[in-house]
Amino acid sequence: MGKQPAAVVGVGQTHHRAKRLDVSMAGLCREAIDRALEDANMTLDEIDAIVVGKAPDLFEGVMMPELFMAEALGAAGKPLLRVHTAGSVGGSTAIVAASLVQAGVHKKVLTVAYEKQSESNAMWALSVPLPFNMPVHAGAGGYFAPHVRSYIRRSEAPTHVGAIVAAKDRNNALKNPYAHLHNEGTTVESVLASQMLWDPIRYDETCPSSDGACALVIVSEDIAAASPNPAWIHGTVMRSEATTAAERDQVNPQASRDAAAALWKQAGITSPIDEIDAAEIYVPFSWFEPMWLESLGFADANGGGWRLTESGGTAMDGVLPVNCSGGVLSSNPIGASGMLRFGEAALQVRGAAGEHQVDGARKALGHAYGGGSQFFAMWVVGAEKPTN
Amino acid sequence: MRDVAVVGFAQRQMPEFDGSPTCVEMLVPLLAECYEQTGWTRRDIGFWCSGSSDYLAGRSFSFVSAVDAIGVIPPVNESHVEMDLAWAMYEAWLKIQTGEVDTALVYAFGKSSAGVLRRTLGLQLEPYTMTPLWPDTVSLAGLQARAGIDAGAWDEAAMAEVANRSLTDAEKNEYSIRKGGSSVEDLLARPMYADPLRKHDCSPVTDGAAAIVLAAGDKARDVRDKPAWISGLSHYIDPMGMGTRDLTRSPSAARAAAALDLSGVEVAELHAPFSHQELILRRELGLADDVRINPSGGALTSNPMFSGGGIRIGETASRIWSGEISKGVGHATSGPALQQNLLCTLEGRN
Repeated sequence: MGKQPAAVVGVGQTHHRAKRLDVSMAGLCREAIDRALEDANMTLDEIDAIVVGKAPDLFEGVMMPELFMAEALGAAGKPLLRVHTAGSVGGSTAIVAASLVQAGVHKKVLTVAYEKQSESNAMWALSVPLPFNMPVHAGAGGYFAPHVRSYIRRSEAPTHVGAIVAAKDRNNALKNPYAHLHNEGTTVESVLASQMLWDPIRYDETCPSSDGACALVIVSEDIAAASPNPAWIHGTVMRSEATTAAERDQVNPQASRDAAAALWKQAGITSPIDEIDAAEIYVPFSWFEPMWLESLGFADANGGGWRLTESGGTAMDGVLPVNCSGGVLSSNPIGASGMLRFGEAALQVRGAAGEHQVDGARKALGHAYGGGSQFFAMWVVGAEKPTN
Repeated sequence: MRDVAVVGFAQRQMPEFDGSPTCVEMLVPLLAECYEQTGWTRRDIGFWCSGSSDYLAGRSFSFVSAVDAIGVIPPVNESHVEMDLAWAMYEAWLKIQTGEVDTALVYAFGKSSAGVLRRTLGLQLEPYTMTPLWPDTVSLAGLQARAGIDAGAWDEAAMAEVANRSLTDAEKNEYSIRKGGSSVEDLLARPMYADPLRKHDCSPVTDGAAAIVLAAGDKARDVRDKPAWISGLSHYIDPMGMGTRDLTRSPSAARAAAALDLSGVEVAELHAPFSHQELILRRELGLADDVRINPSGGALTSNPMFSGGGIRIGETASRIWSGEISKGVGHATSGPALQQNLLCTLEGRN
């Protein structure tokens, strides 16, 4: 039978905050689900199957929380899957949901990813001592800072490029009513003046810790016909590599390069910088924008990335607008962050991104990564039905 | 739908694994067995998917070290579910159905002995009002067994019959960690553990892992004379709320059964961690009297968390490869009191 076309016809997300004390975990998910269903003009009863994604269960202190939430998520009497692939999980979950439609098994699939970090303590959850494993008591920032320093050394980047990314994303977030951070007046200078946390990463160059959820409705070709603006899925990819290996290049991991190559091929894209109109890239620390721009093939390795960022090429009006939503730097409900990238990409090609819409966006990238840069999930969505 | 078959299966089960909670050391020989059965190397695998639990491993990202068992340089196409092996297999089956890949290896692992399993599993409950009371999973199963006895759906003798048959069959299974049948009278004379459950009514705490290899069409025929073709795969979930469910039933199991053709099934490997749950499942699946239940000894004799369900599918497939049966069904469950259920019918036709 071959792969069936699939499209995103509904996108919903919560207002992301440090602590959403007004809702339970299920309530948080339902806020995103109800918005996605309304966007898709559908009810929960019409949904065939539900795919749930989130990062480690220790983040909330509940083992496999989708079990207790099954009824609240509308999954009672339906198939339910739970995906967990580290920080890339929001992307992987959307891909598994898409595969349910692409395999021809279901026609209307709802997927939701969330994190309610305020229920527990992410720093603790990430720092459980493990036998025979290098301790990472520094948290994610301490883990990634050496990668960033290595990138700066290799690419001879000027040290203010990270601040350019942070100022851009925080200002983009002002156009996104759902973003966690709405820090008005953020400038390159104000970012550079903020506290140094893990050299060269400053406070304003880090993502917040958020409560939030994102939901998508993914449907088959015949169902998508009823939608005024479906976002067609042109390609999906997942790749994983080892955490620790002497030959690993953590700055530009092979799994990332392999994933990008496979994705562009699947989507029929030969020149990503020319053919992609908007990109939502997982940038939890500012410097990852230039790093991923190179790894994804938008710019030449060892310097093309920071030059593109420095030139203003990744701003809303640039050659490749990156993270118009404000990105992970402005909202980071970890398990949902990847799905937010995928969903924001869909909003762009549907012309439904509101104030942060890129004019005339026809093809967009959604990108997520996780762990110590060894897990990757990406997709390309387009306003047109794929021809391949 | 593409024709997809189970063509490889390997398992390990033990009371206490002398190794890390990530079970990486246990996975390496399992994967080697899968390569030996198929004649493949890891580069012949199109997609990988694993099942495991962070809470069981006592850490975040339990699967991160496990991928080291694959050897992921160069990188692989890989995913993970916080579910049993059977659902990891479901995701891989989907991936093959999209046409992106033709082969997949799925694996799952869990070191149940690393903590107090029945208390760890209590953390699956609704966290705002139920977990604070911390009812453990054996006690919840006891309430379910009592509900069935009170309703006249089964009695203690019927439960003992299930246990006696399982313990007898387990004598032929090298991986069963509890074995040795006696008689219903003997079993009923043993002390209560969580009234009305005796120890033999509850699956033993088991460490273990398992792996399943899937292949499409000719790839499957290349590996085996009689591949175990997946003719049906269906799963559903019920609400968890213990006070609002009829604990003597499992609607999600019945729904999964209704979606499949169970006629002609010769063997049913049912993932019933408690003896009375086999009785519920037999009823919900509407199995005929001549269907052989759990010839492996089933989960009552060995139940490694997160692979115990997938092992039921592997056990069924093994009997098709050998020609012993031509049609069987494997079942997996998750959540307290049979909340979530998956059924997979396998056939030996070619």
